[in-house]
Amino acid sequence: MLHEPAAPSGKDPASEYKKRLGVAMFIVYSVIYAGFVLINVISPLTMDLIVFLGLNLAVVYGFGLIILALILALIYNQLCGAKEAQLAEKHNGEER
Amino acid sequence: MSIIIFLILVAFVLVLSFYLGSKTRSAAGYYAAGGQIHWAVNGIAFAGDYLSAASFLGICGMIAVVGYDGFLYSIGYLAGWIVALFVVAEPMKRLGKYTFTDALDSLFGSKAIKLTAAISTLIVSIFYLIPQMVGAGVLVEPLLNIPHWVGVIMVGAIVITIVATAGMASTTYVQFLKGALLVCFSVVLVVALLNRGLSTTPDQGGKVPFHNLAVLAAINTGGNFLPEDASYTFAEQQSIKGHEFVRLIKDEQNSWWMVEDDLAGPMLKEVQWVTARADGATWINGAPAAEDNQLRQVGNLEAIAGKTGAAATTGALNPFQFLALIGHKDTEVQTWNTTSLTNTLNETVTIYYPQITAGNRIMRPGLKFKVEGTPLDRLDFISLMLALFFGTAALPHILIRYYTVPSPACARKSTIVAIAAIGFFYVLTLFMGLGALVNASVNPITNNMSAPLLARSFGEFLFAVISAIAFATVLGTVSGLIVAASGAVAHDILDKFAKVKFTERSKVAAGKVAAVVVGLIAIILGILFRGMNVSFLVGWAFAVAASANLPAILMLLFWKKTTSQGIAASIAVGIISALGLILLSPDMYTRYGLDPDTALVPFSNPGIISIPLSFITLVVVSLLTQKYSKRRQPEEAAA
Repeated sequence: MLHEPAAPSGKDPASEYKKRLGVAMFIVYSVIYAGFVLINVISPLTMDLIVFLGLNLAVVYGFGLIILALILALIYNQLCGAKEAQLAEKHNGEER
Repeated sequence: MSIIIFLILVAFVLVLSFYLGSKTRSAAGYYAAGGQIHWAVNGIAFAGDYLSAASFLGICGMIAVVGYDGFLYSIGYLAGWIVALFVVAEPMKRLGKYTFTDALDSLFGSKAIKLTAAISTLIVSIFYLIPQMVGAGVLVEPLLNIPHWVGVIMVGAIVITIVATAGMASTTYVQFLKGALLVCFSVVLVVALLNRGLSTTPDQGGKVPFHNLAVLAAINTGGNFLPEDASYTFAEQQSIKGHEFVRLIKDEQNSWWMVEDDLAGPMLKEVQWVTARADGATWINGAPAAEDNQLRQVGNLEAIAGKTGAAATTGALNPFQFLALIGHKDTEVQTWNTTSLTNTLNETVTIYYPQITAGNRIMRPGLKFKVEGTPLDRLDFISLMLALFFGTAALPHILIRYYTVPSPACARKSTIVAIAAIGFFYVLTLFMGLGALVNASVNPITNNMSAPLLARSFGEFLFAVISAIAFATVLGTVSGLIVAASGAVAHDILDKFAKVKFTERSKVAAGKVAAVVVGLIAIILGILFRGMNVSFLVGWAFAVAASANLPAILMLLFWKKTTSQGIAASIAVGIISALGLILLSPDMYTRYGLDPDTALVPFSNPGIISIPLSFITLVVVSLLTQKYSKRRQPEEAAA
């Protein structure tokens, strides 16, 4: 009794799809994040370039990483939700 | 007013805790709030848990001193949530029960995993607790006018009460409340800041007249710089870190000055200083320290896009203009450095001296992290960014929040809410930190109070509210950490590892006792580590978490040959290597009172070595122990 999950969850047929999608999106973000780190160590003065409304690359890239994280998160949730709904519908159809 | 708002908040939190505590009887209720928290509430509670003293006090403080380098923490902390969302959130929810050890061990039933993961949870939680307690003391000190150590004890006592009454349930609602308030009032502060605009003579909203630093013309006499003003007598001169500091006497009063070269010739510029006198007394700027004789707050613009004086004052700005003007190549920012010396009277003198930095230098990395330095300096930077990226998804007190929601989909959604709230807040940190830097809102002794002091420049009410929220910030995060640590002791070690026979009630009681013990340890460490930047300390917690936990989590999920022996070994190697590298780093040498240049490890961030080492250990040990593997399928574990 003490070792049960706080809220048990059933089998998730979409888990494999979500796993693949998550890894793909993680790689996309990691590459962009690595680009930020590498520009800083390889060519730090590049971060001084003014790129948008008087803001330099450091600020735009930094804000961009934060905003991109949210955009990718929303896309991920949309795709996962759609797949879960699709598989649930299929499962219900088979049961009927 | 500050005290009243502060007391109202503390009273509310305690009443909430006792109310929820009266409803918490089961272990699931205590350790995971029954697994029934709504995903949106959990998302904001995530933000409340994660936006710790390090985020609010530490990052803003660091930006207020070294500009963009402090914002790197915001970027790294937020980016880490991508790892949590895309890779860790749903699987951890599916596999785990109360603690992240449950998830790691779900496919094996291994005693070694239980023990190493629980120890890792304890170490990471305690590392994370130190900066929270340091931040708490720093915050309460000026707010309630009490010593730092009393503040730390007070916070510890309140948090122990919160956790010991209702565990994860009260912790969740404290975190939700604090997360929402923190984001809302940070917006208020930033709007007020933008509305004020920029000026070269910031006067705390008219309350504190801007202090122009005094300058004396000087004559170079055989290397000694003597003032032209004959009313001053030259006493001594010392050369430190490439700067010349001169002590003068006028009307029997000492003062310290810094030599600067000007077009008109050498000048002596006013500095601030603290003297530890032989009789034990502390003197500030030549007079005994007192409530009305403290170091002046510092930080201002000397020129804005090439303009000085009244012509430079901007009026209200939009967010882009604010950042663009501070980062302009012809903007000059006056920041403050510190050094110490022993004067000819054998007294220790700490000197705080100004230096001018170009705006575009402030707005790109390099003032703290030497990205233009040696290859080792650059590796140190990469190491930090690596630890921040991989640390979030390995923090036990964050991972346990996945067990408070009903399903993996809710875990995912709550992570997205967290990313939105935390990301928005981190954008605000750049404004708040820079705002403190240009509004004379930096305490030269500790930059951790920069954001609350910026709020004070807009009036006592905003200061009181922001300080109370910052205090709640500490309460929320420390509560989460203590729940994680007490879960590691009572659930992972005593129940699962040592097989102590618990009833529901006695297991909750064991968690409460563990919470009290961990809270006491946190209080002691919070007092010992006073003075270090809280965000910097959290960087270490991330490094330990990323090294000890993340390789195990990722490989468990993505590599079928992972064995229990491989996981246990990688956690042990991750902890030992990360801790070892930190303890032998230049920053710790400074803490030991040793010369940091003689440190055995020449960099401060261990992640770049300890994370790969932990991965390699897991792979090698797993390959060597394949025949002993008793790995189950994830479906079996979740069933």
